[in-house]
Amino acid sequence: MTWIWSNLDLIWDRTIDHLVLSVPSIFLSFVIALPFGWLAHRYRTSRAVILTTVGVLYAIPSLPLFIVLPFIVGTSIRSPLNLIIALTLYGVALMVRVVADGLGSVDRDVQQSATAVGFSGWTSFWQVELPLAGPVLLAGLRVVAVSTVSLATVGAVIGAQNLGSLFTDGFQRGIQAEIIAGIVATVLLALALDAVLVLLGRLLMPWTRRSASGARTRRDAVVAGVAT
Amino acid sequence: MIEFHSVTKRFPDGTLAVDDFSLALPSHKTTVFVGTSGSGKTTLLRMINRMVDPTSGSIDIDGADIGTLEPVQLRRGIGYVMQNSGLLPHRRVVDNVATVPMLRGTPKRKAREEALVLLDTVGLDRSLANRYPNQLSGGQQQRVGVARGLAVNPNILLMDEPFGAVDPIVRAELQQELLRLQRELGKTVVFVTHDIDEAFLLGDRVVILRTGGKVAQVGTPAEILANPIDEFVATFVGADRGKRSLHVENRGDGDIVVDGTGRLAGVLVGSRSPTASSTVGTGESKAGPRGPGAPAQGGDSR
Repeated sequence: MTWIWSNLDLIWDRTIDHLVLSVPSIFLSFVIALPFGWLAHRYRTSRAVILTTVGVLYAIPSLPLFIVLPFIVGTSIRSPLNLIIALTLYGVALMVRVVADGLGSVDRDVQQSATAVGFSGWTSFWQVELPLAGPVLLAGLRVVAVSTVSLATVGAVIGAQNLGSLFTDGFQRGIQAEIIAGIVATVLLALALDAVLVLLGRLLMPWTRRSASGARTRRDAVVAGVAT
Repeated sequence: MIEFHSVTKRFPDGTLAVDDFSLALPSHKTTVFVGTSGSGKTTLLRMINRMVDPTSGSIDIDGADIGTLEPVQLRRGIGYVMQNSGLLPHRRVVDNVATVPMLRGTPKRKAREEALVLLDTVGLDRSLANRYPNQLSGGQQQRVGVARGLAVNPNILLMDEPFGAVDPIVRAELQQELLRLQRELGKTVVFVTHDIDEAFLLGDRVVILRTGGKVAQVGTPAEILANPIDEFVATFVGADRGKRSLHVENRGDGDIVVDGTGRLAGVLVGSRSPTASSTVGTGESKAGPRGPGAPAQGGDSR
């Protein structure tokens, strides 16, 4: 414990490093997955190609990817950019399927009626399909967030600073408190990001929150109807 | 006026949904397409706002071939009401009604104000304006659907089995509301249903379709009931079973009216005198007496 109290600054710095790696990766995964997910949702042939590709992408082991990537994109091996690109790739691999499934989950009747009243394809995507796919997208994004935070720790092995550095360092120097601090801080950070996403979802999708009270309203109406 | 000129629709899977259909639908009247599933009635309706394009033939609205019009603009000028309301679940009631005017560029504030007025028009309390569709009953949702259909003050209102998914009592209410609205607004309504009673109640003209989008008979409800053109129509309107023939029976407590299938259709008021038979209500009408022993509305089912 004394190690933790005397190294709060270090833990805080590594947490910030970790956030700088994960948050852009999560955000980029979502943005990049959107068009690919849409393509996979829209056309049957592109669906097979895209979903197989992202499946293979996710199967690449992380450590080799972290090491090979700098040679491909020309960044230095310890550069955070290198790690962000790798994490984004994994995020995209998870998220593309989620976007395709999310868009597929939108009620066809609602889409039809949106078209029938005069939504164009583009407006319908942004104003109808994307928001209604929201709950599925959010569920997928939460998985991506947590997995990105945990995957980022592997970067410590190649020397990119983040919370993972606490346990690589702890192992090397035999400081048990440092190892535990690294693990606990990673888990807490993952939980915190997850909570932020849930809050964001509630804020952006108020209609999903109200369905419970909606069911009650309907029942009340039936009871009232019987009483009169 | 909406005119179908030799319209045929064959779907990619080979199904012939509509076969050489020609008909002019008069303005400011309600035309009802009625038929069983597979009769092409919904396909015909959807061709009017180009949700479906005909394989051959053409459709004119007020003399203009809609095949030459831009589908999105065309749809924004035509009211559309569908089964299960088709409301956007993520938008509040007022925003659902304001949707199409806003697509057409009406400022949000103005569109919402007009939406509130429309809620009054369709008999919904303004306190429901800020709810989400899933917080409303099925009947209320359909009313919102009608309000949305009227929001751009269209000349044409397309209604695709709008009351198919609500219970019989609410359906009867909504039907009366539509009749009232139509008396006030005089839109060109095209209404699709599989319910012949609904067709006869709402339609100025009724188009009975048989499988494959062929017209079996066109006419006013009275014309069709009086002279079903063939066996198919007679069966469809229930004339063959004497379903619509009523007679009086005495069952102890008083005289009651019974339809052809033996179901109670009403009571004879003041039935002590046999000449009082002019007060007999038909089984379908809402005006049926509701004294003790009178059957529930909607007791007539096929």
